[in-house]
Amino acid sequence: MKYVLMFVGSTEDQDSFDRLPAEQRAAAYERAGKWFEEQSRAGRLVGGEELQGPGSSTTVRIKNGRAIVTDGPYIEAKEIIGGFAIVEVKDLDEALAMAKAWPAGAVEVRPVVDHSADIEQSQARLADSAKNG
Amino acid sequence: MNSQEFTGVFAAVFREEAGRLTAALVRTLGDFNLAEEVVQDSLVAALETWPEQGIPDKPGAWLMTTARRRAIDILRRGKRYRDKLALLERSDLRPESSETDDRLRLIFTCCHPALSQEAQVALTLRAVVGFTTTEIASAFLLAEATVAQRIVRAKRKIVDAHIPYRMPEGAELAGRLDGVLSVLYLMFNEGYLSHGAQVAMRRDLADDALWLASLVARFMPDQPELLGLLALMKLNLARSEARFDAGGEMVLLPDQDRSLWDQVAIAEGIELLKRAGAMRATGPYQVQAAIAALHSEARSWAETDWHQIVVLYDALVRMADSPVVRLNRAVAMSHFAGPQAALGEVNDLAIALSGYHLLHSIRADLLEQLGERAQAREALRRALELCSNPAERSLLERKLRG
Repeated sequence: MKYVLMFVGSTEDQDSFDRLPAEQRAAAYERAGKWFEEQSRAGRLVGGEELQGPGSSTTVRIKNGRAIVTDGPYIEAKEIIGGFAIVEVKDLDEALAMAKAWPAGAVEVRPVVDHSADIEQSQARLADSAKNG
Repeated sequence: MNSQEFTGVFAAVFREEAGRLTAALVRTLGDFNLAEEVVQDSLVAALETWPEQGIPDKPGAWLMTTARRRAIDILRRGKRYRDKLALLERSDLRPESSETDDRLRLIFTCCHPALSQEAQVALTLRAVVGFTTTEIASAFLLAEATVAQRIVRAKRKIVDAHIPYRMPEGAELAGRLDGVLSVLYLMFNEGYLSHGAQVAMRRDLADDALWLASLVARFMPDQPELLGLLALMKLNLARSEARFDAGGEMVLLPDQDRSLWDQVAIAEGIELLKRAGAMRATGPYQVQAAIAALHSEARSWAETDWHQIVVLYDALVRMADSPVVRLNRAVAMSHFAGPQAALGEVNDLAIALSGYHLLHSIRADLLEQLGERAQAREALRRALELCSNPAERSLLERKLRG
């Protein structure tokens, strides 16, 4: 079962983090890095990235058939997603345990839609039509 | 069999069988949603047919056959479920013979913290205790559609997010058990405090909460707070007979006929509390049970050990501070520090509890004792505006008239 762990925080959290002395920020990065390392060694990590701040965001919307490009994030909120990890674990409890071990704030855990059954079906259909055709 | 006996039998059968059956089906099929659905269907079918045809000799077997048939029907419709269908046809759905009851796992799944607490309560009542959606709605004074939607959403989340069907282990257990205890506590309070004798109900929520807590305690005998909660429920229920008079009017603790209290249940409650105490890990449920025990042991309202009760409320404030706890502490305090001092404490809570009817009725009592009749009546009227429970309303109306 795949989940995405979204590392979230408020803009205030981000601001106060940015104001920390360099060595404290480095220590925080080290703790987060250690988490990634441990989870990866345990074979639970599929991927993940840290994201640049929402100031670097650009949003594309389709309006009346035209793409509108605007500066800034899609969701205007005080909360921001700072990064994410894609994990492969047995069930929600295991994903929650990973989130509890995350050293840098709140985590939203979202299951990923499993399309494997659909893919198998369409593969079977393809194989059938190949045989019959 | 009259209708009241009949509904009593229903309740006993449902709560004994529903959880076992759901648990066995979840274990066999690995599909919580389907298992829960077909058991609910079988309960509804029983409610429809048993009153006419009589309760079958083996009601458990009847429910199992009905649930299984329904599951097979549903599975046949979807080709994707061929494997599950085979599993179901092979299994006899006998309860698991391991030491821990299958139902315990079911309870922990229903009370998973990833579900909202409202959903936890509704799902536990349906899947484990055998309530129908209609019964949950009437027990919590909610619209049936609201309850149904809560359950559908929760079950969808169990499936989509892969909430596991398992017992929490090790360090996880304590926190998860706390969650189960708050669900039990909420059920009990809703049943015990919120409903008067005149509310006709098929199920007695408080009684079912006690049954459920006893079930959990049977498999987890070494959890002091669980025993504390069980003691609290028993000690409160021991006073049931005295809580309403012949006319169905509510009688408050100071005016109750203490000879009607169930001394056997009180002794059991105190015994449970002693067992919990011996484990030397106190907590808010044990403290509340200890307060209830002091009331149970007092020969009269006047002879109650108010000093000790205030000491216990102080402990409770340290463990689980809340305005309601402080309000109760103020009432206990009024018995030796006088109404003026207690009123000061109560007034400090006026903002936090402005929408809570008991704050106003307690203020009314204290003001009355101080001879402030006009203010007392004003507070009573405010309490009445905020109170929706018929038994309590009738009590407040009597006071206003008197």
